[in-house]
Amino acid sequence: MSLTWTLVLLVAALAIAWRFLGSYMAAVFEGRVQFLGFLERPIYRLAGLDRTREQTWQRYGTSLVVYSGVAILVVYGMIRLQGSLPLDPQHFGAVSPALSWNTAVSFVTNTNWQNYSGESTMSYLSQMGALAVQQFVSASVGIAVAIALVRGFSRNGSPTIGNFWVDIVRCTFYVLVPIAIAFSIVFIAQGAVQTFAGAAQVHDVMNGARQSIPRGPIASMEVIKQLGTNGGGALNANGAAPQENPTGLTNFLSFFLLLVIPFALTYTFGKMVGSIRQGIALVAAMVLLFGVWFGFTSWAESRGNPAVAAAGVRYQPGGNMEGKEVRFGVAQSVLYDVASTQTSTGSVDGSNDSYTPIGGMGLLTGMMLGEVTPGGAGSGLYTILLFALIAVFLGGLMVGRTPEYLGKKIQAREVKLAALGALVMPLVVLVTTGVAVSLPAGRAGPLNKGPHGFTEILYALTSQTNNNGSAFAGLSGNTAFYNVIGGVDMLLGRFAIIVPVLALAGVLAAKQPVPSSAGTFKTDTPLFSGLVVGVIIIIGALTFFPALALGPIVEQLVHGKFF
Amino acid sequence: MLLNLRRSVVISVVFFLLLGLAYPALMVGVGQLFFKSEANGQITKYGSPLIGQHWSGPKWFQGRPDADNPMATGAQNYGPKSKLLLDFSHTRVVALEKEGITPTNDLVTGSGSGVDPDIAPADAYAQARAVARANHLSVGQVDALIKSHVTDAYWGFLGAPYIDVLQLNEALATLTGTR
Repeated sequence: MSLTWTLVLLVAALAIAWRFLGSYMAAVFEGRVQFLGFLERPIYRLAGLDRTREQTWQRYGTSLVVYSGVAILVVYGMIRLQGSLPLDPQHFGAVSPALSWNTAVSFVTNTNWQNYSGESTMSYLSQMGALAVQQFVSASVGIAVAIALVRGFSRNGSPTIGNFWVDIVRCTFYVLVPIAIAFSIVFIAQGAVQTFAGAAQVHDVMNGARQSIPRGPIASMEVIKQLGTNGGGALNANGAAPQENPTGLTNFLSFFLLLVIPFALTYTFGKMVGSIRQGIALVAAMVLLFGVWFGFTSWAESRGNPAVAAAGVRYQPGGNMEGKEVRFGVAQSVLYDVASTQTSTGSVDGSNDSYTPIGGMGLLTGMMLGEVTPGGAGSGLYTILLFALIAVFLGGLMVGRTPEYLGKKIQAREVKLAALGALVMPLVVLVTTGVAVSLPAGRAGPLNKGPHGFTEILYALTSQTNNNGSAFAGLSGNTAFYNVIGGVDMLLGRFAIIVPVLALAGVLAAKQPVPSSAGTFKTDTPLFSGLVVGVIIIIGALTFFPALALGPIVEQLVHGKFF
Repeated sequence: MLLNLRRSVVISVVFFLLLGLAYPALMVGVGQLFFKSEANGQITKYGSPLIGQHWSGPKWFQGRPDADNPMATGAQNYGPKSKLLLDFSHTRVVALEKEGITPTNDLVTGSGSGVDPDIAPADAYAQARAVARANHLSVGQVDALIKSHVTDAYWGFLGAPYIDVLQLNEALATLTGTR
């Protein structure tokens, strides 16, 4: 019953935000909102920018890559040097080079994979000034790329696709910062910690317990971690930690925040290409897949934990509580974790590793769909547009004419770029998983034995390549092997998709529109949504089925056996 | 290229100042001004209601079988078909039954944070008889104590009803005069 009301409230809140945040974002990227001009103008002046000068896709891409490179160096430098920098009340000292590499790449690529425990590794300055800064900016970069691709469709015969610097500055200050400030206040009022004071020492005379309770500027990071679909929390337990996510309300707001921008961007898309129905066709495909995955995972978890049942607790009201928090309950924890895996956020409010075999598979396959249901901030929209192009191409093959999408002819070059962008992820995941299970250094990672150990490795590399950051956290990832290979996966999963997307944006923007005729395949219909769903399922499910059979499926099927 | 580098550096500095310092500092200011206790973790002389502690029964209400070390948060991450989880759960079931407590789901399973401060109302009622006997109270008194400490789900449906174990035990100590 509480789940029903939670879903009703969530859908209502997202629908309102979809309409209004969606059209606001269109106004931001079309330059129609100006109220922060006093903040923007000095930034452009300092950076030597003319905000009206746009860039070709090559220049847009170069700026993006150079900025990301500098950002990786900045994060790397700050956490390596944190021992000599201020705001380190617990005197943690430098982070090791391999871990710093992995962490810097992780936050700049919007992944937020964490091979460290925040409470015993990162100074306050590192959390705020290095990591949380990228939680804003990496989200803005993703959204900027999505907008650039949308401009490719909405412009005709244009040599340029926007200005990278202007797009990220405007996205950050007009969209992300105001929402982050408003929701931080709610989180703090609910009990999320926000202080510069160090850890609190307590001694309970009733039971003799002595504890050192970590604190810090946690709430401000928590909100942008969700809103920017980042996922990296201040503490190791992430959204399960009461200092980050203290109540049922903050839990609800967490999954609202991580879904809101990816969904709303489909409205922005519709608005910018001049037909909201085109956005509805995409959001329908997203909602359908999300709903099916949530239903399946939720059912799997409601059946309880097999090991706990075998130990004598047959009656498990609500379902599998191993690794979940009492104040959230099973159903809403599952909603959080499904939303987090399918938005490339990767924050958790419990232990994904302790999900039932096929419940955990629900989370894993949510990422394997390519992070498009609704996917990460920006990355969800640009990736589903790649799938949409493949769908119109397949539709065109069926009826035997040159496909069109949004008035643009989709020819060999466009289809090649879209296919390249869509196939990078499965290729990288499967090859690096193969490498990891072939090497002793890779096999040393898993905590759990048997098929679950294999799933831990597959999950880790799927998560990092999809820039998700969610973990089957039993895997010991802070080793030279996993730090390095994970870093490579995150870079490929981010930039090997962004570059073809920007190329596509450039090619499409330069094209002239073709008038639609009676033979044009309509892309704002349920039929088209269905075709997009089919493409997503075929690329996700068929590619990964053999790997899944070795992990969660076999684990589910061996009845009564423990590893 | 050089222009891109210059812009990257300028933008990085601007973002560091505004997003990395001004934004969190503003939120600390708001927190310390308007929500002082919440923003600082609700620390009292006994601990924090956000962080679970280890209580050995049956003199006290027990929480979930976590490590309760806030400096190393996180779940134990045992897989659903793990022998380690089977052994862990079995040990818990035996220990609870020895104290005369019917093992419930939450009292046997580890939490997500490793410091879950709460239990469900059913977990507290399952301990009522044992706690009453150990403290020379009537079961009715203990049941009433439990009932008065249930926090409902937010707005009745966000999250699940729970009881903060530290606050429940503080009230128990007041009732028995041992605090």
